[in-house]
Amino acid sequence: MKRLLNIVYVSQSDVYLALNGKNLVLLKEGEELGKIPILNLEGICTFGHQGASPALMATCMEQNISLTFFSSSGRFRGRLTGAINGNVTLRKKQYEVSMDELESAAIARHMIVGKIYNAEQNLKRTIRDHALRVNTERLTQVVERLKQARKLAFSITSLEELRGIEGNAASAYFSVFDECILQQKEDFYYKGRSRRPPLDRVNALLSLAYSLLASETAAALEGVGLDAYVGFLHRDRPGRTSLALDIMEELRPVIAERFVLKLINRKQIQASDFIVKENGAVLLKDDARRSFFKLWQEAKQEQVTHPYLKEKIQWGLVPHVQALLLARFLRGDLDAYPPFLIR
Amino acid sequence: MMAYNEEQFLMLSGLQHFVFCRRQWALIHIEQVWEDNVLTVEGNTLHEKADDPFVREKRGDTIYVRALPIHSYTLGINGICDMVEFTKTTKGITLANEDGQFAVKPIEYKRGAPKKHDADIAQLVAQVLCLEEMLQTTIDEAALYYHETRRREIVEITEEWRDKVTAMIKEMHQYYERKYTPRVKTGKHCKSCSLQHICLPELLNKESVLAYIDRMTRE
Ligand code: SF4
Repeated sequence: MKRLLNIVYVSQSDVYLALNGKNLVLLKEGEELGKIPILNLEGICTFGHQGASPALMATCMEQNISLTFFSSSGRFRGRLTGAINGNVTLRKKQYEVSMDELESAAIARHMIVGKIYNAEQNLKRTIRDHALRVNTERLTQVVERLKQARKLAFSITSLEELRGIEGNAASAYFSVFDECILQQKEDFYYKGRSRRPPLDRVNALLSLAYSLLASETAAALEGVGLDAYVGFLHRDRPGRTSLALDIMEELRPVIAERFVLKLINRKQIQASDFIVKENGAVLLKDDARRSFFKLWQEAKQEQVTHPYLKEKIQWGLVPHVQALLLARFLRGDLDAYPPFLIR
Repeated sequence: MMAYNEEQFLMLSGLQHFVFCRRQWALIHIEQVWEDNVLTVEGNTLHEKADDPFVREKRGDTIYVRALPIHSYTLGINGICDMVEFTKTTKGITLANEDGQFAVKPIEYKRGAPKKHDADIAQLVAQVLCLEEMLQTTIDEAALYYHETRRREIVEITEEWRDKVTAMIKEMHQYYERKYTPRVKTGKHCKSCSLQHICLPELLNKESVLAYIDRMTRE
């Protein structure tokens, strides 16, 4: 399998990124904050308004290191990618399929089946591990509803209906998401999704995790030669990485949501790590964001057995493998797209 | 015979991939996916050669030409010959600015050990076919030179090899036109294939995706 390399997260907004020889150099008011060999990098994520030198950008493009720009609150802004992976044939096939409702739905429904199934697994895990502390009856009911939704989704051939089923399943799942939070309950609760801006701590954490996952998934798709902007379930919208959002459907519960729950339940993050803005927006403080990135990067190193390949890989490679499997399906090596299904 | 135009030319050096595994060739030349160690390395060596074009050296009766660009319109391929030897003989071809007649012999340099590999031979035969077409001559033998032992192995250009290589190149063009990446028998050679992480050979004999989803989600 491909080697998992490091991603550098630059969370301070007054840092300038430059190149010195074969090193990425972080500069603050002309002072060197740190130096990292380019060779070990897979990507650079920057938050805020700092700049990057043209020389660094050129090197990133050459070496296929993605340079991603987020707003300081963690919203994806854009990404710099090089000209490698000129796989025109694959992309043509992708566009063809994306214009065909039936073929698009055949892929999208596996992603949704994966998403619902993985959500079920999250709830089941909570029931299994904490039966005495949680409202098992409520959780079991939702698991049952998700199961029905998943079975229904499996036979759907219209994207519209599929979105409907997905929407219902998501609201059922999130109606009990709060049950999965077992520690620090007075500070961390989930009452509903708020995005722009996130209005509570859990939403702030979820938003950041989704942002990172989306950009890593987009980079993975481009890495195998797919166009991250042309999706099957998510239709085209300027500037939106629709295909990354598609693949993310099945990955959200197992990568982003599990990660956030772990942070809270293991008390790796605390109430005091957040600030509340005048408009009610809840943001992670700089230090806390740094530890968030560190833990995220660590989580990516952990091993998982890929359920379809039956091969041990690092968690961080899961988006890459799914992108690869999608490409292999589009090129005719597989009978369908195999979603990532967690045990 | 049908002739290809330059737009349709395939890389002669791709033959070695094709002989190793048709799918590997298609992944590299049709899908244009590769891992660093395949094409970048190859690209680099090509670069070195390209920096040193048409070096002509004369020693006694022989003229040595290095890094000679070659092509064939009938086969629809092009590439570069490491070295071509033109040796004075009584019934050969004539060369511009040279007196007398010459026999032509391409020599391909190989890094590894002296083992006449099918891939090496195929590549050499393709070079011969290109040179024959370009120079309007016949070439009966060519050579592989192995760096490790500094030894030269003579390769006889048989009818059998000519047919085999011609057929292979035809097959390459067919895949290329259809943009088709063949599914192939996987095997031991996959272990030494630098593209195994992209090809995922195990996918070619994996359970169907529907069976997988069923297995995972059944209770
Ligand atoms: S992994 Fe095996 S089947 Fe795939 S390209 Fe390499 S040699 Fe061919």
